[in-house]
Amino acid sequence: MRYLPLTPADRAEMLGVVGVSSVDDLFRDVPQTARRDGTVDLPNHLGELEVEQELRALAGRNRAAGDGLFFCGAGAYRHHVPATVDHIIQRSEFLTSYTPYQPEIAQGTLQYLYEFQTQVAALTGMDVANASMYDGSTAAGEAVMMAHRVTKRPKAVLSGGLHPHYAETIKTLAHVAGVDIVRQPAAIDGEAAVVDALDADVACVVVQTPNVFGTATDVAKIAAAAQAAGALLIVVTTEVVSLGLLKSPGEMGADIVVAEGQSIGNGLNFGGPYVGLFAAREKFLRQMPGRLTGETVDADGRRGFVLTLSTREQHIRRDKATSNICTNSGLCALAFTIHMSLLGEAGLRKLAALNHQKARALRAELAAVPGVEVLTPRFFNEFAIRLPADAAEVVETLAGNGVLAGVPYSRLDPAAGLDDVLLVAATEMTPDNDIRFLPRALARVLGAKEQG
Amino acid sequence: MSMNSVGRPTRPEAAAPAQAAGVPATLSGGRGLLQDEALIFELGGWEKTGVDLPNVDPDGLDLGDLVRTAPIGLPGLSEPEAMRHYVRLSQKNHAIDLALYPLGSCTMKHNPRLNEKMARLPGFSDIHPLQPQSTVQGALALMDRLAHWLKTLTGMPAVALSPKAGAHGELCGLLAIRAAHEAKGDARKRVLVPTSAHGTNPATAAFVGYAVEEIAQTEDGRVDLADLEAKLGPDVAAIMVTNPNTCGLFERDIVEIARLTHAAGAYFYCDGANFNAIVGRVRPADLGVDAMHINLHKTFSTPHGGGGPGAGPVVLSDALAPYAPTPWIVHGEDGFALVEAPEGPAERAFGRMSAFHGQMGMYVRALAYMMSHGADGLRQAAEDAVLNANYIKARLQDVMTPAFPEGPCMHEALFDDAWLDGTGVTTLDFAKAMIDEGFHPMTMYFPLVVHGAMLIEPTETEPKHELDRFCDTLRLLAEAAKAGDAERFKGAPFHAPLRRLDETLAARKPKLRWRPEAALAQAAE
Repeated sequence: MRYLPLTPADRAEMLGVVGVSSVDDLFRDVPQTARRDGTVDLPNHLGELEVEQELRALAGRNRAAGDGLFFCGAGAYRHHVPATVDHIIQRSEFLTSYTPYQPEIAQGTLQYLYEFQTQVAALTGMDVANASMYDGSTAAGEAVMMAHRVTKRPKAVLSGGLHPHYAETIKTLAHVAGVDIVRQPAAIDGEAAVVDALDADVACVVVQTPNVFGTATDVAKIAAAAQAAGALLIVVTTEVVSLGLLKSPGEMGADIVVAEGQSIGNGLNFGGPYVGLFAAREKFLRQMPGRLTGETVDADGRRGFVLTLSTREQHIRRDKATSNICTNSGLCALAFTIHMSLLGEAGLRKLAALNHQKARALRAELAAVPGVEVLTPRFFNEFAIRLPADAAEVVETLAGNGVLAGVPYSRLDPAAGLDDVLLVAATEMTPDNDIRFLPRALARVLGAKEQG
Repeated sequence: MSMNSVGRPTRPEAAAPAQAAGVPATLSGGRGLLQDEALIFELGGWEKTGVDLPNVDPDGLDLGDLVRTAPIGLPGLSEPEAMRHYVRLSQKNHAIDLALYPLGSCTMKHNPRLNEKMARLPGFSDIHPLQPQSTVQGALALMDRLAHWLKTLTGMPAVALSPKAGAHGELCGLLAIRAAHEAKGDARKRVLVPTSAHGTNPATAAFVGYAVEEIAQTEDGRVDLADLEAKLGPDVAAIMVTNPNTCGLFERDIVEIARLTHAAGAYFYCDGANFNAIVGRVRPADLGVDAMHINLHKTFSTPHGGGGPGAGPVVLSDALAPYAPTPWIVHGEDGFALVEAPEGPAERAFGRMSAFHGQMGMYVRALAYMMSHGADGLRQAAEDAVLNANYIKARLQDVMTPAFPEGPCMHEALFDDAWLDGTGVTTLDFAKAMIDEGFHPMTMYFPLVVHGAMLIEPTETEPKHELDRFCDTLRLLAEAAKAGDAERFKGAPFHAPLRRLDETLAARKPKLRWRPEAALAQAAE
């Protein structure tokens, strides 16, 4: 077997050194009832070529975004990733290293994490950021738990524009912590309504901008109201490219910012692995979850980086830790950092403006389709439209014609009663021709439905 | 001396200079390939970019006063600068592709590049999680096949694929356990965890709202059955036991542990971090396990990537399966489908672990690895992993002190620091001297039950000559320590990109991001 270097002669010699006659002797602590003589009922080993052939066949049964027209978003976005990014993250020293527990021989990882933390803090407008979470949704869950720890209050208010998967993820954690979740009804432009739910029991309000319907919101007033009520404002962003164009949540008064970082440096990957961004005000530093990298010096006085403030973490603090997280999204964070370094401020602003412009063009085209109503008032690169038909059915029909037209809102939240709402996104990857073609394809399907 | 709570020094003591006598220092301060590398914030420019994008009409914005006007603070690098910066950084890292990486409990094994290639096929990497399910039948089939392999290897009837790492899997398992108790109207309060457990176990139990109580360990490094029996009671929700345990030993009484647990109405959560020792040879279902996470980034070789991403699917018993989180895959007349919403059969699901469906990129890599090994290869891998660890233990036991000398170990060999008594050398010093010799240190000061612990996990992907080189080197170091050559250890590493780092300083005055000089000066005022 190609991954196993020991030869039969090696094994025999080594068993001799150990002083046993067979490898079975090494498993003698396994209870008799649990020992298995033969192999389990699965296929035996395959050569590289055979594995590749089988997996290529499975991959071939999926319709890749690049195979045709594509307008999906709703928390996962298709952006161009420079070739340099994938080359660097596949370098052995980054790909096949562990968590940097021995800083003298992990400065590569530690320095890029320090760069990542700085980039995330700058982008979100916050004081400090951690070295990544699993993804945006789990980061949102951790943020609510952190607000609960900070304020010792029992309630969290989620806006009606929060991505339903995020709301469900938060609810899963909050339920066991005894935090009461008030989830406001789905609303295209309803972030400000969270203010109405503020009371002395509210630990935090969670608002998303741009929200799941694409609506961009100035959260400054919400921040002020939350602060006056003694609650924290958690701002969620699922499309970080928007921060190249929009005011940062920190600038608008957020206390904690969580985001899905997939858009920078990372592909769609059917939903994972992604990279969660987590940033906060400095005063909450010691309540933050996850790893933090800090600057220090070595014994010769040279600058270096180490994992720090680990007394918050599970391997030191055990049941008193701020979170149970250990493994994070290191390599995805590296991809983010490289891509962001290549973009720089100038490139990010341009990329964001390009996305916005593409979406505006798409909006203009779709608004002209008979029966279609654009619902989102201010958007970045994604918006919601109302169709005169069931959105999931329309999407399915268009998919059969080679067009992935967007995400029906009912896919995320079947109980919301918004079966006619479709979320459509455009990025720098969306050709102008496709923007012109979608309305025509949509009109044809809607026309056929009307006749049928 | 500054130490952390597990007894590890966190600040370098006054150390000898690294410069060997008679060798002139370089004028720049660098050493050959090892150059100091500035941060991107010191290298880059605010106007510079390494990405060429078409120009955008500046009047084409429709966002009113939501538009950002202040500078963001993100420097840009041209493409050659970016390439050079990150390649230089990479050269300051140890990696499994360079040498043995014997971190106990972490399973640092070879990461086949076939897996990387497969995960990058556009049919897997360029598909959206919310595309119509009719357009991702191959992806759902792959997830279903991975689920089948995991269920067959563990003998368990169900699996929740979506958890994103081991600790996330623990969370999933305990949430299912809590939901199962709640469904019976039986709110329980405590979770029992051995003293040798990973920190994630008590952290997870506390996160799920349980009080954590420790179970004592016997002198031979296993769960103390009498103590377990005494602590089990009607308010115990679960026990969390790692098997093989963190001392590298198989829990001989595991079946009895499960029986006692079930008799008390509690569930048995098994931490599967060490599954690599038994995969293909022992099925956790046959041990009485109710839930166990599987770190795909350990046992099934998806790369650790400097700390992640991982994946932590959780296999579940019949008792817990109804509470598994959404989504899951079903196979119907129209092919595969994802059950995403809590209605119908999903009503008892405890909720959702995260957005979307889990770590697809990791699933592809893990399945490619499993298919490459097959049932026969996985069993052989477990046997070789255990043989390699026992070989290291046998070759070092006369110069170092095994924590549990009696009987075989499983896939990792655990030593204490008794053999360093009187040498003035600590476990940390010894580990740092290993760096100078070209090896990554073993896991240090864990498990907490063994003084100055050194936990060595070689994995099955080490050839015998590399194991011999490792053992030869450790023997030489051990002899040097005992011979009074403390200098070699106290100042180590001398030959790494950096010398020992001051962790106390980092924690006392946290500098967690770069700031411009002006801002720093302002902050100091």
